[in-house]
Amino acid sequence: MRFSFTPEQEEFRTSLRRALEARSPTKEVRRLMATDQGFERDGWQKLNQELGLTAIHIPEAYGGAGFGQADLAIVLEEMGRGLLCAPFLSTALAANAILNAATEEQKQALLPAIAAGEKTATLAFSEDDGGNDAEGVAMTATQSGAAWRLEGSKSFVLDGHTADLIVVVARRPGSQGEDGLSFFIVDGNSPGLERKRLKTMDETRKLARLTFNSVEAKILGEAGAGAAPFAKTMQQAAVLLANEMVGGAERLREDALAYTKMRMQFGRSIASFQTTKNKAADMLVDVELAKSAAYYAAAALDEGDDELPALASLAKACAAEAYLQTAIHAVQMHGGIGFTWDNDTHLWFKRAKSSEILFGDANQHRELMMQHWKH
Amino acid sequence: MSEETENSVRAEVRAWLEANWKPDYGLVEWRTKLIESGWGAPHYPKEWYGRGLPVHFNPIVDEEFARIGAVGVAKAGIRTLAAATILDHGTDLHKEKFLRRILTGEDTWCQLFSEPGSGSDMAGAVTRADRRGNQWVINGQKVWTTSAHKAHWGLLLARANWDVAKHKGLAYFILDMKQPGVQVHPLKQMNGHASFNQVFFTDAIVEPEMMVCDVGDGWTVATTTLMHERRGADGLRSWAQASSRKGRIYEEEKAEIASTMEPYKWYPQRAGRVDLVMERAKATGKFKDPVIRQEIAKLLIMSKAAEWTARRARAAQEQGKPQGPEGSLGKLVSSNVARQAARVHTYITGADALLTGEDSPMGGVIAEILVSVPATSIAGGTDEIQRNIISERVLKMPKEHSVDTNKPFKDVPRNITAKS
Repeated sequence: MRFSFTPEQEEFRTSLRRALEARSPTKEVRRLMATDQGFERDGWQKLNQELGLTAIHIPEAYGGAGFGQADLAIVLEEMGRGLLCAPFLSTALAANAILNAATEEQKQALLPAIAAGEKTATLAFSEDDGGNDAEGVAMTATQSGAAWRLEGSKSFVLDGHTADLIVVVARRPGSQGEDGLSFFIVDGNSPGLERKRLKTMDETRKLARLTFNSVEAKILGEAGAGAAPFAKTMQQAAVLLANEMVGGAERLREDALAYTKMRMQFGRSIASFQTTKNKAADMLVDVELAKSAAYYAAAALDEGDDELPALASLAKACAAEAYLQTAIHAVQMHGGIGFTWDNDTHLWFKRAKSSEILFGDANQHRELMMQHWKH
Repeated sequence: MSEETENSVRAEVRAWLEANWKPDYGLVEWRTKLIESGWGAPHYPKEWYGRGLPVHFNPIVDEEFARIGAVGVAKAGIRTLAAATILDHGTDLHKEKFLRRILTGEDTWCQLFSEPGSGSDMAGAVTRADRRGNQWVINGQKVWTTSAHKAHWGLLLARANWDVAKHKGLAYFILDMKQPGVQVHPLKQMNGHASFNQVFFTDAIVEPEMMVCDVGDGWTVATTTLMHERRGADGLRSWAQASSRKGRIYEEEKAEIASTMEPYKWYPQRAGRVDLVMERAKATGKFKDPVIRQEIAKLLIMSKAAEWTARRARAAQEQGKPQGPEGSLGKLVSSNVARQAARVHTYITGADALLTGEDSPMGGVIAEILVSVPATSIAGGTDEIQRNIISERVLKMPKEHSVDTNKPFKDVPRNITAKS
């Protein structure tokens, strides 16, 4: 296992960070998060095409750049740091689902437009109970001739109200658990599909509820064989989100530290108080450990590590605790101003909170990790 | 020695060992021969039992020793810190008198630094060194002294000038432990072991030539010793393991290691024994308890992430990159891991955690974990000191205003101790 980034990866990270700092200052984040869409299509397409972001992990055979999930994880870490308002995580997850579930022909047909940034996409798996495994899928898919029809609803769908393509997990009527699951693809503008944006606590992360009234869909891969690719897609999702989270946590930690050095009370900077220094040291420990776990799990994605299920949950649980704790400390270190809307800390605090829950909270992932632990 | 390569060093040491190694030597007899060749401590200077080789050749030499089964010089214990300090700061007389007997293992050493009144603040030592005639007379008390009861010699930090600032009044001596003015008492710990000692000095004598540096430079020399302690004395000092081979010299080495390592036998328990958690949870059936599963998972997450963080630091070091923050966290993280491990072992053990010794699980190992873990966050730099180091050196946060370094030490408020 590698424990460092290659010089090329470091260089890529540096240029990406610079681009995001220029394109997505918090003023811009605040402007976009207040919009219904949550992003601007033109601006995002331009940035994406310049940097080739949605192409990173897509193989060259499907119009991508052919890098790995670990490189995708770097992009997410930097986006977590910069809080970029764009349908990137949603599109990356949908592309992973297609890579995991679809036939060769379907990949050829679907992935080039995603890689080129011409189409945004998302993955719809959760329903009203917010579940993220096979048990939580109730939506049914029935075949009539060559076409399939989807009936039911999905919720908490990332960028679900704006995505051009929606990858949906649904089941054969009457089936249960891992049995009878299949992946489908639906056009965002399909007749019978109702999309409603949900009002989110974390305004930088847009979610939607989708209602399918006999919506026509194409099946991806083989009918009923969706359980394994679904599990794999969710493991990838946990690892990628963990990397996004450690990027945000590090930014919060750095900003809070810088503030304590500047803030004067009792005639000295508050960074000179041991109680502040102790907290700052503990924050560094939390963030560095979470980074190590996120990086290790990201490397495991590409190496086909058979411990991936345990590692993915480990990384997600570790990042969840570290990010939220860092956010709590960061508000505290800012004092009163940290609780104001005008101060930027709350943007990341809310991202920490939404990320803690998305794709399963720390309790769920610790339990999953124990179920998969091999030692 | 720039012409030396790994291959040439390997060939040379191999040839020497093949010509000279015989397992029927006595331990001291063999080591005497070995150190004359320079292969016992190849990174020492040529004139002092070494070959002047860069320290990175040591693993090659060690491999060749292991290949043929040859015994090396005495490595365990404080003696290698003494050797490193003497090489850096000692006089030729010190080198002449001590280095050979350190390497053969004939002399045992101890480190007389910590005091009851100065733990984290080691430079606040109040053990007195007073001049009487041309001798130094030592009075005071040291503590946490490993192997003091066996030691022939001690590395002593003592205060020789009370009219200057804290760090400026210290002197560094080599003290003869086998004299009437030195009394050693074992210090029993909360886990029942007595791995360390208290050492009392009542008019103990140091001859003038046993002073390692001038008064005022004692702190600098002590810093050298501590630096070697942290570095594992340039790879020479190690967690010694006896060979399983049969023969007289192996038996003698095994006895030496057993004696030197005896104080450290509870150290694995001190770290929390994360390795035992899963088997214990399965053996007790607690593995099925969802609450305990959460606690085990928290421990495993912390422990694995700590391991990977150390690997990141090592990878950066190997690539010659500047040390990142990940390299400074290990000590503090190990305290967190140990504490969570003790918590988890308690949950798993249940009522049996009320017991100890043979009445308790694993013949007392679990009980020993529970009462040994508190040492982890104190020994070798407390968690509080680690947090200060991290915040000041890594995060560049301001230091506390110092109230003790800019005035004569005699005016600095300090702990009341019996003999100062």
